[in-house]
Amino acid sequence: MGSRASTLLREEEIEEIKKETGFSHSQITRLYSRFTSLDKGENGTLSREDFQRIPELAINPLGDRIINAFFPEGEDQVNFRGFMRTLAHFRPIEDNEKSKNAAVSEPLNSRTNKLLFAFRLYDLDRDDKISRDELLQVLRMMVGVNISDEQLGSIADRTIQEADTNGDNSISFNEFIKASFVVRGNCMT
Amino acid sequence: MAARWTLSLLLSACLFWPACLALTPPAELPQPHNLPPSLGSNSSDGSLSLDLPMALRVFSVDYNHVQAPFEIVLWIMLASLAKLGFHWSGRVPAVVPESCLLIMVGLLVGGVIYGVRHSAPPTLSADAFFLFLLPPIVLDAGYFLPGKLFFENLGTILWYAVLGTLWNMLGIGLSLYGVCLLAPSSLGDISLLHCLLFGSLIAAVDPVAVLSVFQEMHVNDQLHILVFGESLLNDAVTVVLYKLFESFLRLPSVSGLDVLLGGCRVLVVGLGGLFIGLFFGLVAALTSRFTSRAQVIAPLFVFLYSYLSYLTSEMLHLSGIMAIVTCAVTMKQYVEANVSERSKTSIQYFLKMWSSVSETLIFVFLGVSTIQDVHMWSWPFVCSTLLLCLIWRATGVLLLTAVVNKLRRNTVTFRDQFIIAYGGLRGAICFSLVFLIDDFPKKRLFITTTIVVILFTVFVQGMTIKPLVELLDVKRKKRALPTVSEEIHSRLIDHLLAGIEDVVGYWGQHYWKDKFEQFNKKYLRRFLIREDHQAPSSILRVYQELERRDQRGDEEAPPLVDPRSHSRPLLPEEMDSIRRILSRNLQNFNNKQTPAYSRHTLHQDATMDRTRKPLHRHRSLGERYTFNTQGEDGEFSGSRRGRAGLSRSHTVCSMSPRPVLQDSSVPAATSQTRGLVDPKSSAVRKEQISPHHQAPDGRTPKKQLSFVLESEKQQ
Repeated sequence: MGSRASTLLREEEIEEIKKETGFSHSQITRLYSRFTSLDKGENGTLSREDFQRIPELAINPLGDRIINAFFPEGEDQVNFRGFMRTLAHFRPIEDNEKSKNAAVSEPLNSRTNKLLFAFRLYDLDRDDKISRDELLQVLRMMVGVNISDEQLGSIADRTIQEADTNGDNSISFNEFIKASFVVRGNCMT
Repeated sequence: MAARWTLSLLLSACLFWPACLALTPPAELPQPHNLPPSLGSNSSDGSLSLDLPMALRVFSVDYNHVQAPFEIVLWIMLASLAKLGFHWSGRVPAVVPESCLLIMVGLLVGGVIYGVRHSAPPTLSADAFFLFLLPPIVLDAGYFLPGKLFFENLGTILWYAVLGTLWNMLGIGLSLYGVCLLAPSSLGDISLLHCLLFGSLIAAVDPVAVLSVFQEMHVNDQLHILVFGESLLNDAVTVVLYKLFESFLRLPSVSGLDVLLGGCRVLVVGLGGLFIGLFFGLVAALTSRFTSRAQVIAPLFVFLYSYLSYLTSEMLHLSGIMAIVTCAVTMKQYVEANVSERSKTSIQYFLKMWSSVSETLIFVFLGVSTIQDVHMWSWPFVCSTLLLCLIWRATGVLLLTAVVNKLRRNTVTFRDQFIIAYGGLRGAICFSLVFLIDDFPKKRLFITTTIVVILFTVFVQGMTIKPLVELLDVKRKKRALPTVSEEIHSRLIDHLLAGIEDVVGYWGQHYWKDKFEQFNKKYLRRFLIREDHQAPSSILRVYQELERRDQRGDEEAPPLVDPRSHSRPLLPEEMDSIRRILSRNLQNFNNKQTPAYSRHTLHQDATMDRTRKPLHRHRSLGERYTFNTQGEDGEFSGSRRGRAGLSRSHTVCSMSPRPVLQDSSVPAATSQTRGLVDPKSSAVRKEQISPHHQAPDGRTPKKQLSFVLESEKQQ
């Protein structure tokens, strides 16, 4: 599997991906071998079924949405470039990148882009707002059946209350950023 | 009230048993190498019987006949009753670690015996300790070792165990030698080698006490595995170093070559133990394959083979601890796949039981042995030892962590470092090792010092670690109480990260682990596991486990919170209840976390890698559909999405484990026929996505993974 992977991925492709995503050479080759191992149809692209075959994702409450996030709008297949582009969001921010000036376009794994990724998990219809319903859905996914609808509703309301600053009863991306200020995460600095 | 009842039971047991001993004539102090633990000599020759010459004895008491087993049982009974009373006594377990209590019981009993018999109570012989009391504890530790977490952190653990022990040993040994040089009058005859020997045995950190306190402290799993793994491996390192120095002491002189040979010997001992453990583990796994016709004795093989590996390596002067731990780790996955559920449970229960008994006995003996009249006291030596132990451990942990944090993804925080350093309690291994030293003039001083160190660390450090950590935590907590939205968002991000890790195959990225898994699947599992038990896919296993847990019943009672209107701000107690609801119900995200290991309780899912409550999908989320990739316009009206006209890319794809299971045996070409095919009820069959999905009739009410089979979701 290892040798097959390296011959199918050309050097210039690796270079391009490196420039776009910031992953190192070895990381890219490793991720490529993972990509090919997931790609059962061996046609160079991943479909949703390929993701669904990962057993742990079946148990992850957000599994559906995570899979969704890999596929660009309206498409059912994702190629390796798209795969890497999505994964690039999760690269840890290195110190030397923090000092990059604002003139350079923001790298994929900047803090803002990471939060945007998380924001999109809530915001299905891409209207840049997390409405109460969308929040409820995500809550319901994460929580299970033991909580009644009213309780969950009040939790959702409380969440919106805490984050909403302009009173439109939904969370915009800026409000989301502010609310997530203290949230810690391994890949979110 | 119950506590008082048990306490009185306890006291009566305490008094009954020394009375028994007091009835036998005073025994001489047993030699250190007696087997089995001599709780009293058998030298008395009078059995208390009615003296009717040449007539039939109607009633007689023959204590000597049963003396040895009787006393052993009484010891164990006493210790267990003490434990019972301890757990019933309200707030005490939260403050005092169990080992403290057991030592106190031992001291009490020792005092009683001493008072009754006016001679030293029986001591723990080192052979009894190493051959009978230590193996169950180590086996239990090895068997319940969370495998994945352990191997993920193996580098750090080895780092702490090996280097940390070496650092401690050298530091304490050399500093003590310095102290001895400074006080030549009283301590002049202690040589450098003796100091190093003492250093090696006093550096052995015993986490038994700390782990029992960990329960209360909500220690995260990473810290748990670090302390736990470190203690396991450092026991092995300590014993090896100790034996090395002992053999050095027996040599007339120590040259550089000897030191080099000593180093090689350490390596040989460690690796040798490892290989013996591997060998026996594989043989045990193979044997368990054939136990289907005699299921009752299946657990026996586990114990026999482990013990055999321990004894074999002890015979060859290799590391028995390494052997038994390796054996347990190796055979665990194969044995558990081979034996029946009940055998599995029996194995786990017996292991817990035996290790519990062993540990209890050890601590009681420790207490009893303290009451002796062989103590030799020396203020400078004892105090400096105590101080040096603390100092060297702290500096060792700080230094090692500074280095290791650069190489790790998850750093070891300061709080963790403090716990590791302060939680370096000494225990029974030091105690028995010190008895094994060849006699020399200052041996009694060493024994006394060891006892003082153990008592100090167990009592003082054991009882204060929790308040100190809470003090540290409070400083952190003062910054901000997480708001509800933070909790939800952070949980979301955790799930997200876990999901991405799974996509990326983070666990499979490690080349060797991958290779091993392939090798395992191809050869080992086929060879060592019964054919019908070789699970075809991990999904099926997960599914079966979830089903099983489903059937056992979900024990979560719905929390009672009043419904409230949306607008008014929430009171603090309502916030608290919300937080409690969230913490109890938010899905535990990290599928790599295993429940914290506890020597004293058996977590039901301790052996499953995935520990998760079944997540029932609420009906509002609709059924999970398989996504038809052939370009059908999948408008899922079956689910109340609250958004009209969702484009396809935003609809939630569904997953259900069964189609995927089928997939593994059926070529992937057919995406359309992938429906919820229940092998048991073929009534559930969805062939393609249709906008108006109707639930087929006759669907069995059997609970499926993540489906709430309630009313239909027609829109």
